Amino acid sequence: MARAKPAAKTGGSSTETGESLGKDDLLGFYRDMLLIRRFEERAGQLYGMGLIGGFCHLYIGQEAIAVGVQSIQEDGDQVITAYRDHGHMLACGMDPNEVMAELTGRAGGSSKGKGGSMHMFSREAEFYGGHGIVGAPAPLGTGLALANRYRDNGKVAFTYFGDGAANQGQVYESFNMAALWKLPVVYVIENNQYAMGTSLERSSSETHMYKRGTSFRIPGEEVDGMDVLAVRDAAKRAAAHARSGEGPFILEMKTYRYRGHSMSDPAKYRTREEVDEVRKTRDPIEHLREKLEKDGVADEATLKAIDAEVKRIVADAAEFARTSPEPDLSELYTEVYVEAAQ
Amino acid sequence: MTDILMPALSPTMEEGTLAKWHVKVGDTVASGDVIAEIETDKATMEVEAVDEGVIEELLVEAGAEGVKVNAPIARLSGGSASAKPAPAADEPKGAKAEASGDPEKTSPAKAKAEKPEGDGPAAIRPTEALADPEIPADAKLVKTTVRDALRDAMAEEMRRDDTVFLMGEEVAQYQGAYKVSRGLLEEFGERRVIDTPITEHGFAGLGVGAAMAGLKPIVEFMTWNFAMQAIDHIINSAAKTHYMSGGQITTPMVFRGPNGAASRVAAQHSQDYAAWYAHVPGLKVIAPYDAADAKGLLKAAIRDPNPVVFLEHEMLYGQEFDVPEGEDYVLPIGLAKVRRSGADVTITAYSRMVGLALKAAEELAAEGIEAEVVDLRTIRPLDHDTIVDSVKKTHRLVTVEEGWGPMGVGAEVIARVIEHAFDYLDAPPARVCQEDVPLPYAANLEAASLPSVEKIVKAAKAVCYRS
Repeated sequence: MARAKPAAKTGGSSTETGESLGKDDLLGFYRDMLLIRRFEERAGQLYGMGLIGGFCHLYIGQEAIAVGVQSIQEDGDQVITAYRDHGHMLACGMDPNEVMAELTGRAGGSSKGKGGSMHMFSREAEFYGGHGIVGAPAPLGTGLALANRYRDNGKVAFTYFGDGAANQGQVYESFNMAALWKLPVVYVIENNQYAMGTSLERSSSETHMYKRGTSFRIPGEEVDGMDVLAVRDAAKRAAAHARSGEGPFILEMKTYRYRGHSMSDPAKYRTREEVDEVRKTRDPIEHLREKLEKDGVADEATLKAIDAEVKRIVADAAEFARTSPEPDLSELYTEVYVEAAQ
Repeated sequence: MTDILMPALSPTMEEGTLAKWHVKVGDTVASGDVIAEIETDKATMEVEAVDEGVIEELLVEAGAEGVKVNAPIARLSGGSASAKPAPAADEPKGAKAEASGDPEKTSPAKAKAEKPEGDGPAAIRPTEALADPEIPADAKLVKTTVRDALRDAMAEEMRRDDTVFLMGEEVAQYQGAYKVSRGLLEEFGERRVIDTPITEHGFAGLGVGAAMAGLKPIVEFMTWNFAMQAIDHIINSAAKTHYMSGGQITTPMVFRGPNGAASRVAAQHSQDYAAWYAHVPGLKVIAPYDAADAKGLLKAAIRDPNPVVFLEHEMLYGQEFDVPEGEDYVLPIGLAKVRRSGADVTITAYSRMVGLALKAAEELAAEGIEAEVVDLRTIRPLDHDTIVDSVKKTHRLVTVEEGWGPMGVGAEVIARVIEHAFDYLDAPPARVCQEDVPLPYAANLEAASLPSVEKIVKAAKAVCYRS
C-alpha cells in the first residue's frame, strides 16, 4: 500500500494548518482507510469460518488514526502498537496478503504463521509489533526512541496504545524516562472509550488522556480521531516536536471501535444505539468520502473505482490466506534462537 | 451468488441459535450492516455483512437452534462484478477442523515433528562441540575479583562495539550499587552509561526496544529480586520476539545483576532465579562462579545475538581468582566445566554453590570419597553431555543449588540423567537446595535454610551409602 506523500496539487484541499494536500493524497487516505475497513470485515468473516483462530481484535472505526499518523511517517521512523494491529500494519505498507495469511496461521504469513494476529512485525516497514501485553508497547517504543537518540538519527518512534493501557504503570515509567531524556517518541493514545468492557469513566480517574503526561511535563493534545486530516495535522505537530529534540508528545485520539474488543466479545456493555450513532455521524471513511465529493476532489466513479480496487486486494488477500500452506513442521524449532555469528 | 455462513464466535463454538434476522429477502446490504443476531450459551453477537448485495434467500429461520458453524444461513446476490466471492460454502472441511475441530489431526504442535533424538524436552542445544579456549602457557594470569572481571568484560566489549551500552540504577555516577560499573562513566560518558530512575519494568522495556532497533544493551538490575517487576519484558518481549516475528526481529542484549542470597537481607532480597529464567525458550541463562568465567562468559553474553540472563552473586563479587590477561578471553555459552575430577560421586553446582561443592569435595576426599564437581556455568542451554558423562563414570549424583528444590535446576539435572543414564545410576540422586521456605532473617535460621558444605557432604555420603 502506497504511503501517502505530498503529491501533485490537483484539485486539492486545505487543512487547518493550511497544508495544501493534493488530490492523490486525499484519495490515498480514503483508499487506505477503506482497505483497512474491508480487510477487517473480511478478517471477521474468516474468523467466523474458523479459518482464523485465537484472539482477533478488529480496527473497524479507528482507521483514520493509523492512516493519518502514518501519512507523515518519514523513512526510518518506527511504529509499534499492541494487539489491535492489523490497521497499523496496512498503514505502514505491509503486504495485505502476508498480514491475512498470518491471521490464518499459514507459511505465507508475515511471521510464517508463528505469531498470529497479535504478533506481527516487519523490519522493512519499521513495524516493531504487534504486542499481546497491554501497556508493553509504551516502554518498547520508548526504547526505539532511545536507540534513535543514541544514534542521533533524527527518527521518531510512533508508539500506540489504548485508553485501557494508559492505566498501566509501565506507561508512566516510560513517560518519565522519555521526558527526562527528551526522547523522540510520539505516544498515540487511541481512546476508543472502552478498555475491553470497562468504559473510560469506570476505569480512569482522569478521562482526558492527553493530560496524562502533565506530571512529566509532556505536552498533549486532544484530536478528533475520526477525522483523518485532523489526525494528520496533529501528528505533524507532534512529530516535529519530537524530532526537534523537545522530547515526547502525547496525542489523544478520540475514536470508537464498532466491533467488540475481540471477536468473542458480544459488547453488551454499550447499546446498539450508541454504536449506530457513531457510525452514522462520525464514521471516518464516510466523513472523508462526503468531503471529497463536496469539494469536488473526486466523483462517484473515481470512488467506486477505489472501492473495487480495495475489494480486489482484500479478496486476493483472503484467497492467499486460505490457500497458503500451513507452516512446515520443521518451523516448529526454528528461530527460537538466533544462530550466533561470532 | 454468495452464501453467508453461520459464524463461530470463538474457536470452541460448534453451533448456535440464529436468534433474529435484521434483514429480509430483497433487502440490499452493504459491508458492515448488521444482518442477524446469533446466540450461544455464552453470548449473543451480531453478524455483519462482509459483501454487498441483495438478500436472495434466508436459509435458516429466526429462532432456529443448533445451527452448525459454517452452515449457509442466507444467500446473497449481486454486488459489484469485480468483487470476488468470499471463500464460502465450498470451503474444504479441513478449514473448520483447523481452528476448533480435531487438533490431533491438524495441529503441527501435536504432530510428530522432526527433532533431534533423545534430547528430552529441551531440544535447543549447541550444534557443535564446545571447548574453552586454550590458554597459552606463557599467558599471564592476573589476580582479579569477580567484580572487576565483570567490569573489565563490559569495558572491553564497549570499546570493541559502539552499540553496546549499560543502563540501570546507579550504574553511572554512583559507580554501581555494588561497584561493578566502576570507572565506566568516566571512560564512556553518559551516552553509553545511563543512570535510570528506579523503574525496573520501564527500563527493562526500554532496553528491549533499543535492542529491537539493533543496539546491544546491558541492562543491570541492582539485584535480580527487583527484576520480577520487569519479568514480562524479559520473557514476553525479549525471549519470544525472534520466534514470533518469524526471525525478523532480534533482541541482542544482556540482563545482569546479583542473584541469590546475600547475607541477612531476608526473604524479598534473597532469591535464586536460575530455574525461573532457564524455563524459558529464547533466553540463555548463565551463572558463573569464578572471575575468569565471569569475564569470559559475560563477554560471550554481550556478543551473543540472543537475550541473555546473566546471574551474578554478591557474595562472590569480592573474591579473587586468576584471570588470563588480555581482551580475547571469551568462553562458549552452554559448556559446563569439571572443576574437580573424581570417580565416586558427581556433584553439580553453579554460581556460589560451586565453592561450597569444592570444599565439600575436599572433606569427602579426607574420608576416601572422590567427588567430581561439575560447574554448570550455563543453565540454559544446559550442558547435559558433561553431566551425563560424569554420572556414567561415578554412578552417583548430588545436585546443589541455592534456590528452592521443587521444579528447580537440580530437578532438571536429575531428569536429564534419568533420561540419558538411568542404567548407570547406583543410587537415587539427591538434591541439596534451599529449604522450602522464604529465606528467614535470623542468622541461625538463615544458615539452616541455605545449602552448606556440611549438607553437601551429607548428601554425597548418602548417595554413596556411607554414613
